[in-house]
Amino acid sequence: MIQVPETRISPPQQRHELQSAAAQQIDSASPKASEIRNFLLHRGNSALADRWFHVLMLLCALSIFGIVLLIAGELTIGSSLSWGQFGFNFFFKTYFDPNTHLPMYWDPVNGHFSALPFVYGTLVSSFLSLLIAVPLAIGVAVFLTEMCPGVLRGPLAFLTELLAAIPSIIYGLWAVFVLVPLLRVYVNPLLTGSLGWTGLFSGDNPTGLGFVSAAVILAIMILPIISSLTREVMIAVPHSQREAVLALGATRWEMIRMGVLRNARIGIVGAVILGLGRALGETMAVTMVIGNTPEIHRSLLANGASMASVIANEYAEATSNLHRIARTVIGLALFVVTILVNAVARLLVWAVTRGAPARSR
Amino acid sequence: MGVGIEVINLNAWYGANHTLQDINLNIPANHATALIGPSGCGKSTFVRCLNRMHETNPIARVTGTVRIGDLDIYEDAKPVEIRRRVGMVFQRPNPFPTMSIYDNVASGLKLNGFRNRHALDAIVERSLKDSALWDEVKDDLKKKSGASLSGGQQQRLCIARALAVDPEVLLMDEPASALDPVSTSKIEDLIFQLKSQYTIVIVTHNMQQAARVAEKTGFFLNGRMVEFDSTHKIFTNPSDKRTEDYITGRFG
Repeated sequence: MIQVPETRISPPQQRHELQSAAAQQIDSASPKASEIRNFLLHRGNSALADRWFHVLMLLCALSIFGIVLLIAGELTIGSSLSWGQFGFNFFFKTYFDPNTHLPMYWDPVNGHFSALPFVYGTLVSSFLSLLIAVPLAIGVAVFLTEMCPGVLRGPLAFLTELLAAIPSIIYGLWAVFVLVPLLRVYVNPLLTGSLGWTGLFSGDNPTGLGFVSAAVILAIMILPIISSLTREVMIAVPHSQREAVLALGATRWEMIRMGVLRNARIGIVGAVILGLGRALGETMAVTMVIGNTPEIHRSLLANGASMASVIANEYAEATSNLHRIARTVIGLALFVVTILVNAVARLLVWAVTRGAPARSR
Repeated sequence: MGVGIEVINLNAWYGANHTLQDINLNIPANHATALIGPSGCGKSTFVRCLNRMHETNPIARVTGTVRIGDLDIYEDAKPVEIRRRVGMVFQRPNPFPTMSIYDNVASGLKLNGFRNRHALDAIVERSLKDSALWDEVKDDLKKKSGASLSGGQQQRLCIARALAVDPEVLLMDEPASALDPVSTSKIEDLIFQLKSQYTIVIVTHNMQQAARVAEKTGFFLNGRMVEFDSTHKIFTNPSDKRTEDYITGRFG
């Protein structure tokens, strides 16, 4: 912190006189240089205000740590009972229905709790959404940075980023009323017909809800973050790299592949992981279209549930203590996973934009 | 072997800026030709017109004729074909940081679908020997990245990369201006050796460098070529007053 030397501060009374005198004189239309100097010299010592400002800003910054710690603490304490009850097995356990002998996982009435179908649902819907969103997002980014005419670039970039600002409930509504019927009538029969033999797309779900619907809506939601970050790391690739490839006789596509994508690949991976982080935690839209059935099926067209969707769904329904705790454990797991995924992604993006590999120029 | 370059009425623009005006000259085969002149005089633009790199900027435009050997590069061929025959080395070394030294040198051939492993090995070795880098890097060709080398080594790597596709012409845009004196003299020695096999055009700010490496020198000023003659004549007895003023240090 900057300390103003004591000797520079005049006694209060004298300072006051000088200050008012200086202020008066400064009012004149063209003050002399000596008057300005006098005015500035006796403006007083702002070290105290500086200190307050510093403390205030520090408190603002610390509140972030506070919030994260409070959430982590609450989740840990809230789920501590369950650790004794289930242990890590909570995430892998399978119960069997005593009558039908079919596997079951989540039966609050009989006190059966296993997070397995939710973990499965979150992973499957997220990775499936990456499969759809990543090629699309990279395509958008390549077009925007390398081939888009100047007139279109601004509006297109703006629109992609606008997608990120739409509330997820709107995506959910749109998915329920437009996307799901569309998939049910046109896309799902096609998938069943052509890829049904894999068992991944058996078409005995008449609702149109399920993993595929969830993945498609998730893909649309994570597209903007992946494409705008990809665009950023691509812009960060120095122009000299593009010229180097062009001078070797490369076509435009070869230039993009060798000169741009190759140099930006770590950052692109970071962007993808950041998208994954968002997909893992996305709640509302997924809850509306995934079907909310705590089961594990081979078919991606079947109903499922995700970690976020079960919390949202049974938010007000938990009657037993154990049910509440089981739900909190799922929350804690989701919290830890998303934080880790985000940290890794930020690190990768940072490595590229701060110039780890492409440092020339 | 190199081929000569014939330039007829070359004009170039950046947007509304007329950066090259009516350039006419003949660059001899298998010699080094230096282009000198103050900053912004158009000499870099000129070499970038010789491999059609100038037009990669969307606001740039070129008219006139450039013949490399018997190929009219603005009439008979596509830019990518020209750039395979005309190598270029830039002011700042720009090796590919994510590739090994080997892959950097092989990149031009791999790009064009050349897959023969044994031939590639031989070409990489020859190119690195030609660029006087072989002894320094032969032990970690595939281990080290192109970015791990020093600035001078990186520039010689870029020269090896350009030589690997066996061009007829090698364009060098201030190849030593970002380097220290030792690396600079290595690059100059290299130019001296390479000109028996390639036609070399070198842009330089350093007049001693032009005098050391080139047989022919062109003096550019404000987008025009003021004088083009043997290097000896330019530096001892120039015909134009402006050339004399520039080489004696009265401006620029």
